[in-house]
Amino acid sequence: MDAMNWPLLSLIVWMPILTGLVLIFLPEDRAGLGKFLAALVSIVALAISVLMLTGFDGSTAALQFQEKTVWIEAFNIHYHLGVDGLSLPLIVLTALTTVLVVISGWSISDRVSQYMAAFLILSGLMTGMFAALDAMLFYVFFEAMLVPMFLIIGIWGGPNRIFATIKFFLFTFFGSVFMLVALIWLYLQSGSFAIADLHSLPLSMSAQVWIFLAFLIAFAVKVPMWPVHTWLPDAHVEAPTGGSVVLAAVMLKIGGYGLVRFSLPIAPDASGALDWLMIGLSLVAIVYIGLVALAQSDMKRLIAYSSIAHMGFVTLGLFLTFAILRNTGDVDGAVLGVTGAMVQMISHGFISGAMFLSVGVLYDRVHSREISAYGGVANTMPWFAMFAVFFFMANSGLPGTSGFVGEFMVILAAFKANFWFAFFAALTLILGASYSLWLVKRVFFGEVANDSVGQLSDLTAREWTVLTVLALLTLALGVWPQPLIELMEPSVANLVDHITTTKIN
Amino acid sequence: MSFSELQFALPEIFIAGMACVLLVADLFVKEGRRGLTHTLALVILAFAAIITMRLMMPAGESVMAFSDTFIRDRFGDVLKLFSYLVLAAVFVYSKHFLRSANLFRGEFYSLSLFALLGVMVMISSASMLTVYLGLELLALSTYTLVAIDRESPSGAEAAMKYFILGSLASGILLFGMSLVYGATGTLALVEISNALASGASDDLLLSFGLAFMVVGIAFKLGAVPFHMWLPDVYQGAPAAVTLLISSLPKLGYLALAIRLLQDGMGGMHADWQAMLAVLAALSLILGNVVAIAQSNIKRMLAYSTISHIGFILLGFLAASPAGYAAAMFYTIAYSITSAGAFAMVILLSRNGIEAENLDDFKGLAKRSPWFALMMLMIMFSLAGIPVFVGFFAKWQVIAAAIQAGFTGLSVLAVITAVIGAFYYLRIVKLMYFDEPERSESVAAPVDFRAVLSINGLAMIGLGIFSSGLIGLCISAFV
Repeated sequence: MDAMNWPLLSLIVWMPILTGLVLIFLPEDRAGLGKFLAALVSIVALAISVLMLTGFDGSTAALQFQEKTVWIEAFNIHYHLGVDGLSLPLIVLTALTTVLVVISGWSISDRVSQYMAAFLILSGLMTGMFAALDAMLFYVFFEAMLVPMFLIIGIWGGPNRIFATIKFFLFTFFGSVFMLVALIWLYLQSGSFAIADLHSLPLSMSAQVWIFLAFLIAFAVKVPMWPVHTWLPDAHVEAPTGGSVVLAAVMLKIGGYGLVRFSLPIAPDASGALDWLMIGLSLVAIVYIGLVALAQSDMKRLIAYSSIAHMGFVTLGLFLTFAILRNTGDVDGAVLGVTGAMVQMISHGFISGAMFLSVGVLYDRVHSREISAYGGVANTMPWFAMFAVFFFMANSGLPGTSGFVGEFMVILAAFKANFWFAFFAALTLILGASYSLWLVKRVFFGEVANDSVGQLSDLTAREWTVLTVLALLTLALGVWPQPLIELMEPSVANLVDHITTTKIN
Repeated sequence: MSFSELQFALPEIFIAGMACVLLVADLFVKEGRRGLTHTLALVILAFAAIITMRLMMPAGESVMAFSDTFIRDRFGDVLKLFSYLVLAAVFVYSKHFLRSANLFRGEFYSLSLFALLGVMVMISSASMLTVYLGLELLALSTYTLVAIDRESPSGAEAAMKYFILGSLASGILLFGMSLVYGATGTLALVEISNALASGASDDLLLSFGLAFMVVGIAFKLGAVPFHMWLPDVYQGAPAAVTLLISSLPKLGYLALAIRLLQDGMGGMHADWQAMLAVLAALSLILGNVVAIAQSNIKRMLAYSTISHIGFILLGFLAASPAGYAAAMFYTIAYSITSAGAFAMVILLSRNGIEAENLDDFKGLAKRSPWFALMMLMIMFSLAGIPVFVGFFAKWQVIAAAIQAGFTGLSVLAVITAVIGAFYYLRIVKLMYFDEPERSESVAAPVDFRAVLSINGLAMIGLGIFSSGLIGLCISAFV
């Protein structure tokens, strides 16, 4: 097909950004046009990303849809985009999330066009980051993303939004500057910012450890891993619904993606040597943060902690590789862990996004996020309750939903590494079910708690659409994850192969 | 000296002559027609730019003139062009303010042109004598400009401080130069460099001389611990003058540092590297931390300047062409950004009363969305967030410092950059997240708006298309 030769990646990066820049200047009384344009552009971007999915050759780990031109000649920096099985699913997830956020943002009343603009620009930047094959280009997208998110939380957020957004900005900025120093150091060694060149650059163990730690600070803040997670609950609670959805569904994945794209392949020996640290932090996130989630009285805060715990599976799955290979030499087991981590990222994108949208549905009506402000919502909003219960069940890892697949794969891989890893990881099945179902019980079931719950009206058509799409995807990925796994398999195998080869010369 | 050598100094001669013409012409301009002086000043800058561009030196070539006291090279030509550009922007930004503050007089323009001449002489100096000549011409012009508002006690106080500390700095620099002269027996920078290479001169004397010269340069730049004058002068001077002294002289001081430290004392780079490393570290820490505590926007930007001086010094640490190119890129980017930031301060001032408090920025996004966006880009650029130009400046100097082996200092630099981001974000927060205290939108003439818009958009334009400016800076040090 001819269309496949077009610069599709550039299109889905720049079309939303440029549209967003135009929308910023749309006057308030043309808000309708702004919403329409935003919806149109985000749907077109989704269509293009799906088109790329169909044209993608899933049988190889090679980078596809590549575009390359010189950007900054003096420093050998290129505008180089391309996708493989690891990044393409995340790009589709980004495009999908943007569509859902734009649709669910229809009810925003303050500075509507600018709201849409911020999300479009954010989506373009995130896509660019996933597609970047030049480390400096990656860094530029990675950092530039902070600007729209800072404004989204700060302008449209809750009462304590200023504290939350500045904390968010400074935490993530603090993390990423170390990555910048590491990238510059790598450039001075290799003379190139191309990620592929950095992958093949031989490095001594001590250099690798420093590089690994510098990257880790950047990505651990983003994932976020315990103990640098504290910005996330604040940001989630104060962000508008759309902001929370993007934050949970896409932004957290950037940390995981960064580990896959940078930390593991650039510093494989250090990753192997420090895997105890990563596994330890992941297990703390899964168990301790799971317990913290139990104690929350604010729904968004609870989901935020649940996100941290679930992202613990991503980091666990990625770093189990080394333990598995050391113990059993079972490459398939290692691939299973990494694949599980990647599936978990996509699945968490659907489920956490859906949960935040569900809370948004309630918040729009009652203007409270406190669990205690609700009770018996199922009586007045039966359809909504059906969706919400489904998503919270999926969050607790119900078989048949996507939440089960990734976690199951990671736990299975963990058994090959160490029984106790698997044991602690499996505790999430209990913890996740506890906080998810307990929330469901307190909010949805029982008698109607108060008048404001009694007067609730059920889902609007717009909310129906959004939740249905996510529910179907969660189910589809849960029942039939094979296409996604096959798409990622060659890239994951290539990654595992690469990281098990020493780079020390 | 042969007569034909004058052609090499044509831009300087042109500016010197025209500044005098302007001074005289202004006497015949009626009070109500002062705009003519303004237009004439802009025309002078335009012609100077044309002359400089026609005589532009190719990369890697240079000529010496006037018994080796004057040099023309690509570095100088590029820097001069940006000096004209920055000064032209300053003129456009100042006009409105000067008029409303009742300071719209011809002296402002002629003094600014003399300051420009000082900068140009410094840029093209090949001898310590020429360096000092340019430095003093710039300094005396700016002392006077700070005191241009005769009725303002704070302006007079600032001018006095500036004068005393500036003279002290000049004296220290001069003392250092005299020691170096004593050790090498020459004022010409190239011969000093040769003398150092031959190793025949007295090391102790040279080290003392170098130390005094570095202190003098640090004073002029405002590097910690020689920064005390900077916040007071920035705050006390009228906004239009602060705008000028925050942008144009920086280009001259960059040249001052490169001419003296590289062209002259390059052989002792190991000694001055260590000194600059300390100055850079202190400037980065103190500038960024103290800026947080400021509630006056001019003071805040003054401390921000100090921190940026720290970054510029990082570029020098490499003592390599790449490092100087990075420092040059940084300085040019910073001058343009700083001009934009102070232009915003002028924009918000009303009837000659300056918008000094950070709170004046409250709710600007509602009052004037376009200029709030410009300020947002300027702030994010100063904070070093991609894709704005400040980021590309920062990573280049950091790369230079890492290449020179100052990895620890680079890490310190990026950490202080995160601290610095806080106070830049606070401006964005005031503009976008807070409610306005006044409802009227800001008023400014159309030329002001146009230039400020270009200035703001340059933050993102020079960022995305930074390749050209980077190439230009690198070509200056081939």
